[in-house]
Amino acid sequence: MAEAAHEESGPLTTIVNDWSSDVSTFKAVPWGKAMMWIFLLSDTFIFTSFLVSYMTVRMTSTDPWPEPSAVFALEFLGTPVPLLLIAIMTFILITSSGTMAMAVNMGYARRKKQVFWLMLATALLGASFVGMQAFEWTKLITGEGVKAWTNPMGSAQFGSFFFMITGFHGLHVSAGVVYLAIVAWRVLRGKYEHTNYEIVEITGLYWHFVDLVWVFIFAFFYLW
Amino acid sequence: MATAEIPYQETMPLHHPKTWIGKYVFSQDHKVIAVQYGITAIAVGLVALVLSDLMRIQIAWPGEMAWFVEDFYYQSITMHGMIMVIYLLTAFLLGAFGNFTVPLMCGARDMVFPFVNMLSYWVYLISVIILLLGYIPGLGGPTGAGWTLYPPQTITEGTPGADWGITTMLASLAVFIVAFTMGGLNYITTILQARTRGMSLMRMPLTVWGIFVATFLGLLAFPALFVSAVMMILDLKIGTSFFMPAIVSLGETLAYDGGQPLLFQHLFWFFGHPEVYIVALPAFGVVSDLISVHARKNIFGYRLMVWALVFIGILSFIVWAHHMFVAGMHPYFGFFFATTTLIIAVPTAIKVYNWILTLWKANIKLTVPMLYALSFVLTFIMGGITGLFLGNVIIDIPLSDTYFVVAHFHMVMGVSPILAIFGGIYHWYPKLTGRMLNDTVGKWHFWITFLGTYIIYFPMHYLGFIGVPRRYYENFDSSFYPQSAQDLNELISVTALFVGAAQLLYIGNLIWSYFYGKPAGDNPWGANSLEWCTPDTPPSHGNWGDKLPTVHRWAYDYSVPGAERDFIPQNVPQEQTA
Repeated sequence: MAEAAHEESGPLTTIVNDWSSDVSTFKAVPWGKAMMWIFLLSDTFIFTSFLVSYMTVRMTSTDPWPEPSAVFALEFLGTPVPLLLIAIMTFILITSSGTMAMAVNMGYARRKKQVFWLMLATALLGASFVGMQAFEWTKLITGEGVKAWTNPMGSAQFGSFFFMITGFHGLHVSAGVVYLAIVAWRVLRGKYEHTNYEIVEITGLYWHFVDLVWVFIFAFFYLW
Repeated sequence: MATAEIPYQETMPLHHPKTWIGKYVFSQDHKVIAVQYGITAIAVGLVALVLSDLMRIQIAWPGEMAWFVEDFYYQSITMHGMIMVIYLLTAFLLGAFGNFTVPLMCGARDMVFPFVNMLSYWVYLISVIILLLGYIPGLGGPTGAGWTLYPPQTITEGTPGADWGITTMLASLAVFIVAFTMGGLNYITTILQARTRGMSLMRMPLTVWGIFVATFLGLLAFPALFVSAVMMILDLKIGTSFFMPAIVSLGETLAYDGGQPLLFQHLFWFFGHPEVYIVALPAFGVVSDLISVHARKNIFGYRLMVWALVFIGILSFIVWAHHMFVAGMHPYFGFFFATTTLIIAVPTAIKVYNWILTLWKANIKLTVPMLYALSFVLTFIMGGITGLFLGNVIIDIPLSDTYFVVAHFHMVMGVSPILAIFGGIYHWYPKLTGRMLNDTVGKWHFWITFLGTYIIYFPMHYLGFIGVPRRYYENFDSSFYPQSAQDLNELISVTALFVGAAQLLYIGNLIWSYFYGKPAGDNPWGANSLEWCTPDTPPSHGNWGDKLPTVHRWAYDYSVPGAERDFIPQNVPQEQTA
């Protein structure tokens, strides 16, 4: 535990030093940020359980599974474009990750106004994502007759899993929108002046996580 | 090691309540929250205890209680199991012990987010209330599906509580998981980020290590239960078919089609097996500390003890299907899970040997906590060895769903952790209240509980071998079983009633000693870990007065040759003892 011994340190030595040190394992990581990371790890297991369940049931389903590119097509200028709406939604969500990252950057530069507007933009993009999801659900339910318990195009589990998983993700996005709005408002009011604005990064962690989950849902639901 | 400045801990803004309600009801102090968790868990545990006694009466003297009909029996089994595993053991070991020991043993002023910690308790209380709502009269009572809640029978008509009871059960579990997550994030973040000066991870007492690894398991395993609860509620309420295949129930074709009942079993046991270790690992930690303190000797192989905890934790995620050997599994699959299961015996045996080697030539004080700790080791060995039987596919299949299984899991994850809890309460009660528990009552309670356990569960192994199935409302109107089996059953039931009643001794002791117990002083056991070094007993809000303690050594410097006393607390600098 001599201090001099650790002066020349590669990444591995640094990791070992951090884990064998006192006080905190992740140096200069605020408590809230560590807690958010651990929460996200736990949340990862929730989404993994959902997606693995979906794959299991899809593979053992006796009824035919509907073709996603046909189900999720949108009429544009008279021709059905597969996955058009989903492409837009994904684009919006990825964009919101970009504005979020900019907000984090502005936070550490202590530029409150910019943080506020960028976080607000992120929240609005998130809200529009949820709005489009509502549109997609409406189209499926009223247009195609897909319900959580039945599906005219084949396996009933298609609708069940679709509504459950996208719904659960949508709840995450909605919660994130509220979370972003509250933090943005408090940033503008100067509630975090005495801190390092790490709260912006913590909010961002959650938001990027929700986006990342969407990438997986997108891949497993729409591209498989 | 760089002991730079302490980032937050020293100046942590503590919430200082002014009102009585703020101090004792909606308190953000980890010690009060620990007591709240503890009292709630014990209260709901007593309900489960009464249920088990009712079941034992029915098993030994079928039909004597005319009102205890089949449905009540199955509902009691379910509620007994679920309450004991989740709402008593998990909540007590992590909610009560975790809250009490983690900040004190790590040298923190409180959990990192006291408000979230407070919410954790209140959400837990809500989950308990929702669970007990299953008993509202006129709605069919709680679910009688058994604590594993396997579909399709759980939600098909004919199972007691197939409508209201299962709804409250699943809702309660989901709410409990939210509560656990809020508490668990706090424990982990506190341990990782808020220790005091000099407290490295490898200087932490094993109690904290046990709680740390168990909380990680909880955060990664409970999601699977959460997901299965959500999916089953949807099957039940909306009519989806996640778990429900096409099925004819009571002569009627149900609307379900194409679901996967086995999927539930996988999800449930992906949670259910780590859950065993969520309960066992904190008990391991507590027992390690009790043995070391009361044998006046350092724990043998501290580093191996830590790594064994970690490896058990990791392995516990790849053994779950050994609960499903009879589910019609491919033999290669069974082979894999039997192998991983038996590998767990290695780190577990390391722990048991280390406990025994700690006792070897030690200055053993047979205090009441030590008695509980020793009985834990014995009971755990018993339950662990029958686990080797059940981990092997060919032995498991004939023994599956017999009383052998009942004996196994009660020994290994029912009685053992309870003994560790009894010992832990006895050990920390002086710090919590400033008074000692009564020794005479403690010893009576210990011997009745310990010997009673063996009279109850030993014969069950035999009953299992002769093929008595578990969960049956009535067994013995069949001439298949010898009269001796029925006699054994009566012996078990009489003992169970007696041991159940004896638990009142312990509760009486807790209450009586709070007012009339012998004053304890700061460190009655001569223990080293930080909680015994607080300036006040009981520790005041913020735990450490003006300045956080500084740690100079591990927690196990007992009977060091040349030292003036037989223990050197963690906050004593090296130069003072040289």
